Amino acid sequence: MTVLIIDLVLVSCMLAVAVMVASFHRLFTVVVMTGAYSLISAAMFVNLDAVDVAFTEAAVGAGFSTVLYLAAMTCLPAEEKRGQALIGLPLFVCACVGGLLLWAVVYLPPLGDPAAPAHLHVAPRYLAESDAVLHIPNVVTTVLASYRGFDTLGETIVIFTAGLGVLLILTGKSLKGKSGSKSNKPTKGDQR
Amino acid sequence: MKDNPILRVSAKILFAPMIVYGLYVQFHGDFGPGGGFQAGVIVAAAFVLHGLIFGLAETKKVAPPYLVQTIMALGVLLYGGVGVVNMLLGGLYLDYNVLAHEAAHGQHRGILLVEFGVGLTVASTVLALFYAFAGFDETRQKKMETPNV
Repeated sequence: MTVLIIDLVLVSCMLAVAVMVASFHRLFTVVVMTGAYSLISAAMFVNLDAVDVAFTEAAVGAGFSTVLYLAAMTCLPAEEKRGQALIGLPLFVCACVGGLLLWAVVYLPPLGDPAAPAHLHVAPRYLAESDAVLHIPNVVTTVLASYRGFDTLGETIVIFTAGLGVLLILTGKSLKGKSGSKSNKPTKGDQR
Repeated sequence: MKDNPILRVSAKILFAPMIVYGLYVQFHGDFGPGGGFQAGVIVAAAFVLHGLIFGLAETKKVAPPYLVQTIMALGVLLYGGVGVVNMLLGGLYLDYNVLAHEAAHGQHRGILLVEFGVGLTVASTVLALFYAFAGFDETRQKKMETPNV
């Protein structure tokens, strides 16, 4: 019951923040609100007992992404241009995808259901072995680094290649100074 | 922000504990929440804070970009290398049982090393991204001055 109440409060906060993000035009406010959104979803993960995910969400989503947005914002004007945004098509796509997701939720097994497919395949073995045989109480770590070591290797390589790609785009030699001429930089002082 | 004493002092006080906390999350991941991904971001956050308060040039003195980019690759190499060492010791790729006399100890060592590799890559990638984004204006101006380089 308490979990449900906390969830309801968090979801309504999330909705409020999402509406604010969509309606505000000052970029600084929008960036900070996006950080707040991530922080609320981190709280939701804690409520679901997924502490590791919450940790990552708080560090990456609320912390680092916000810093990156702020850094990118220094190259943009402080206010979004008004009246030019397409509204009809994005709203339609959002409504369709949202509707599909809500429809899918109906078919999900209830939270914590021991008969859910995710708990029947290899999970029981992981849960039984991790602490008793390997003496590692945090099952998330054993699954991540040992049982699913190949996946994590792939993830690490993805992070590496993504970083490499961004570095090549932002500091590589293909820019040749062409893209820089258009932006009118706002003064940094009034934003921070 | 260099001139604000409150920000300067709190950044100085926070820097070391943040890195220690990052190391704690890194090496305590077996027993509590955390691991390479989270620890990497926390360690990088310490440097990002340093960069935000004292300026990018100062942070680049502490962690030079070439070093950061090398560590990016080193982390992946460490992860993949553990797998290769397993194979050389007669096991399967990324099967840590052969790393010690006892299978459970081998798993401990393997997970610790692999997580450290993840931590290295994540921390340095995050820092490299921060350098790239925060120094974007600077690079652009340099290129506009010397367009043929």
